[in-house]
Amino acid sequence: MNEQQNSILSKGRQEFDRELGRLEAELILMSGLVEKAIFDALQALKNRDIDRSQKVINEDDHIDQTELEIERYCIELIRRQSPVAGDLRRIVASLQIAGELERIGDYAEGIAKISITMGGQPPLKELIDIPRMGDMAVSMLKRSLEAFISRDAEFVRTITVELESEDDEVDDLYTKVQGDLMELVKSDPDNAERATYLMWVAHNVERVADRAMNISERALFQATGELVSGTTMIDTNVD
Amino acid sequence: MTLNDTDLLSQAGSIENILRFDDIEPVLESNDLSVAYGGQTAVSGVSLQVPKNSVVSLIGPSGCGKSTLLRCFNRMNDLIPSASVKGTVNFDGQNIYGPEVDATEIRFRIGMVFQRPNPFPKSIYENVAFGPRINGMTDDLDELVETSLRRAAVWDEVKDRLNDSGLSVSGGQQQRICIARALAVNPEIVLMDEPASALDPISTQAIEQLIKELSSEVTIVIVTHNMQQATRISDYAAVMMAGEERVGRLIEYGTNQQVFGNPKDKRTEAYVTGRIG
Repeated sequence: MNEQQNSILSKGRQEFDRELGRLEAELILMSGLVEKAIFDALQALKNRDIDRSQKVINEDDHIDQTELEIERYCIELIRRQSPVAGDLRRIVASLQIAGELERIGDYAEGIAKISITMGGQPPLKELIDIPRMGDMAVSMLKRSLEAFISRDAEFVRTITVELESEDDEVDDLYTKVQGDLMELVKSDPDNAERATYLMWVAHNVERVADRAMNISERALFQATGELVSGTTMIDTNVD
Repeated sequence: MTLNDTDLLSQAGSIENILRFDDIEPVLESNDLSVAYGGQTAVSGVSLQVPKNSVVSLIGPSGCGKSTLLRCFNRMNDLIPSASVKGTVNFDGQNIYGPEVDATEIRFRIGMVFQRPNPFPKSIYENVAFGPRINGMTDDLDELVETSLRRAAVWDEVKDRLNDSGLSVSGGQQQRICIARALAVNPEIVLMDEPASALDPISTQAIEQLIKELSSEVTIVIVTHNMQQATRISDYAAVMMAGEERVGRLIEYGTNQQVFGNPKDKRTEAYVTGRIG
């Protein structure tokens, strides 16, 4: 292959690298929108700020649109570049992560809708464990994205193990919140409606942590080719 | 990895990156195979096992020795006076470079299809009947020609013009006639050197489909520059690379899924993703 051919090849490859960089930037942007949505939804719930809850609901359209744009872009890259190996894993992982982020956006919207439905009523109990769950879930989300962007197999493995442990903590908190709310319902059945609201909020936050876990698993796939789901590991090199 | 990593490019792949089959007898196996032209080594130390009834792609940048290696598998390099081959190529229990082996017989049993369709300037019928005639197979030639053209998926297109020149049909049809010509002597292996690179997309699709269908009865080793084609048709892929000294070496051999999904050698990753070429 002569220098001119190499130069053309190299320019084509550079262009593809720029496109992959743009895809990553879009995902980081979407992740920022989603983190903000979860944070705002929980703050609005705590402060009984109906306007802020409504903004979270309105903003979800933007998140949905961003997901569609990322999806379209991934399809375009697959169609045009016919990616293989690390490029293919990167695009497939991006596509899946965009889907996970979109669902996290839906959980934020869900929390905001519950908050509006609660109207002027204060939460049944002081919000301590749910915001803690929320902080942990958002932190997990940030770190799962950091793992994805690093493309460093060892770093991703470390983060995935840490997130598994934190996901267990979020699950434990969720169980505790459920128990506390059930006690309040038992003590006064009139609490049932308000307990159900908080139960749903806690459920949504717990799901955010699960989705962050999924993102770290996609980061692992991108970096290593290993497909994992929970504790089930599939080696993609085996026919 | 950059184009300047020449030291890395000139190294053979580590043993764990070269697939070996412990539980089956490969139909073809090269051991420490090296080829030189006029004293200049072109391919060095290739040990490769080809399982029966599989499609194995040989891929790698231009000048890495893929075609040279392919030609070793049926002693086509014998036809180049300056070529010398070291190492062994075992086929059907014997080294095809052994002193007692008839190279012409090997070429019947291990057929070859080239980049550009090369039908003889004879009728379509005579093109396909050529090999069997040389082998003394004169009975049921009509049936053999039809079966071979059917196996090459070109019968329906040429059945009414068997007496027309093999050069009178389209490039895609010519190539399938050449494949029929190779199949007519019932080879166990067919070697293909970029068989679709000179064809249009529809003809390419027909050849790829044909390769997939043939692989249930014939082993196919194919050189291709088309990464997507290799991904579509091959069961296994062997990646070759040459450094500045232009000596081709095998750097990775694995399943299609491994080589194109998650290569073990970073040079393979760089090649299949277009970072080096």
